Amino acid sequence: MQAIEPEILPLGPDGLLLRFATVADPQVSAAVQTLLRKSESAPLTGVTEVVPALASILCRFDANVASRAEVTAQLRALVAGEDWDVVARPAPARIWRIPVAFGGDHGPGLAEAATLAGIDAAEAVRQIEAAELSVLAIGFAPGQPYLGLLPEHWNLPRQEALTPKVGAGALVVAVRQLVLFANPSPTGWRQIGQTAFRPFRPEAVEPVPLRTGDAVRFVAVGAGEMDALLAAGDPTGGAVCETAR
Amino acid sequence: MSADLIVRKAGPAITVQDLGRPGHAAEGLSRGGAMDRLALAEAAALLSLPAPVAALEMGGLGGAFEVTAPMLVALTGAEMAASRDGERLRWNAAHLLQPGQVLTIGGARRGSYGYLTLAGGLRSAEFLGSRSAHLAAGIGRPVAAGDRLPLGDDPDPSARPVALQVEDRSGGGTVRMIEGPQTGFFATKTLERFLDTRFRRAAAGNRQGIALDHDGAPFAADGASGLVSDPIIAGDIQLTGAGTPTVLMAECQTIGGYPRIGTVLPCDLPLLAQAAPGDALRFRMVTLDEADRLLAAEAAIRRDLRRRVGPLVRDPRDIGDLLGYQLISGVTCGDDLERS
Repeated sequence: MQAIEPEILPLGPDGLLLRFATVADPQVSAAVQTLLRKSESAPLTGVTEVVPALASILCRFDANVASRAEVTAQLRALVAGEDWDVVARPAPARIWRIPVAFGGDHGPGLAEAATLAGIDAAEAVRQIEAAELSVLAIGFAPGQPYLGLLPEHWNLPRQEALTPKVGAGALVVAVRQLVLFANPSPTGWRQIGQTAFRPFRPEAVEPVPLRTGDAVRFVAVGAGEMDALLAAGDPTGGAVCETAR
Repeated sequence: MSADLIVRKAGPAITVQDLGRPGHAAEGLSRGGAMDRLALAEAAALLSLPAPVAALEMGGLGGAFEVTAPMLVALTGAEMAASRDGERLRWNAAHLLQPGQVLTIGGARRGSYGYLTLAGGLRSAEFLGSRSAHLAAGIGRPVAAGDRLPLGDDPDPSARPVALQVEDRSGGGTVRMIEGPQTGFFATKTLERFLDTRFRRAAAGNRQGIALDHDGAPFAADGASGLVSDPIIAGDIQLTGAGTPTVLMAECQTIGGYPRIGTVLPCDLPLLAQAAPGDALRFRMVTLDEADRLLAAEAAIRRDLRRRVGPLVRDPRDIGDLLGYQLISGVTCGDDLERS
């Protein structure tokens, strides 16, 4: 990994993107989450919205409160305060344990993904259960988490052809990341498992249960148990959430 | 007294839209809201409302509507054939609709998205502070025949019908853009060619994004392969694998990995939204300073919309029952001079 050199770049007339890198990397996500935490504990003047992604953060501002130059100056000051190459990932506020059925009808791409990662399916499941995953970003669709990063050998390419449709709750893998689909969707990633967890619950008081920086652990369950969870229709899908601090 | 809007007939792409729900991109939810936000501001001016209210956005085709209480209704955005009990109604105007009268709105004559705004405002359910349907996110559903949508009270049902002078924004044109964080991943020659290209609005287009066609080579981002996903905003011009641009619109995704060559200014998104398939579109790059000036000028125009509202002068061609009027006294046969 090259040294992290943060850049501050306009994104739209009322936005500034703070970009740590253009590739995903564990140190880069530690930097993003550290900066996110800082911006939450000491909000920037004039900034109306902070949107974290995998290697960058968008700050949208109200030019009636602070000009682009003033927001840029605040961001520069925030960036100057850390050595981003060594900064530690902040401790997660919450840890989620989410049941998942791997392989078979629930994860038709598991065997192929494991082969591409150079391991067998059982070892792939073991590694994903053991992975200390973090919500790197929520996006593309409402509530939908990008989770990672898996070890280097999970840097799998996307499929050449799109899978026309995976269902809501599908767990898919590519480029050292897992995505848990919020809605039925076409995808170029490989589906290795199925959860009954709904990342977007428009009917709920808290429609988006996950937050960037939350820790996630996947817990393997059998196909029958997953079918029962899916049939029960509970949006938590058997997941439990512990407050970590 | 509360009123309802009764939907007798509905085109396939009618949804309730207001200005959307900003501030939820970190949760993966884009702002959404009207494709042509200016049209909602114009409706507010016509109805003397202090701010835009939730309205019906009609993609391509309208429907037939009734109200259960007298209500001033504004017709803005893409011009559609409209009539009240058979009497033609002017677009970019506000008209009184009485219970029992049927407001019929046909297909768009120019542009893509027409808006029906009622002075009381639609009061359908809110989600996160907005009534906008966001179909890409699974919020709300299209409006259908048989629906009854609750309305607020018309603050002044005795108001006179009025019209608004509007600059036509249908038929395409030039949209202004600024550089974004990924513009530098495109070669200078590619960017120059992009700015020299005459695009056409493609057939593919919806509230998520509008695809553009062009003749000639695709636009490749040589420096952008393997980019990690980062935040997206409405107006971003995304180049997918095929090298053809899509301008991301109201219901765009919030983060994505395709390279973006720049961002269309918000004040020019209505022009893009109203372009119909085949309409010509070009891009012009402006500096951030120029963008700030353009946006300030646009904000001033919006604040001033009310001054461009005037009395509705009826065009005799719009009057359905023309024969019922006594137009001229002393009708002649037209050849009286020859006879005399």
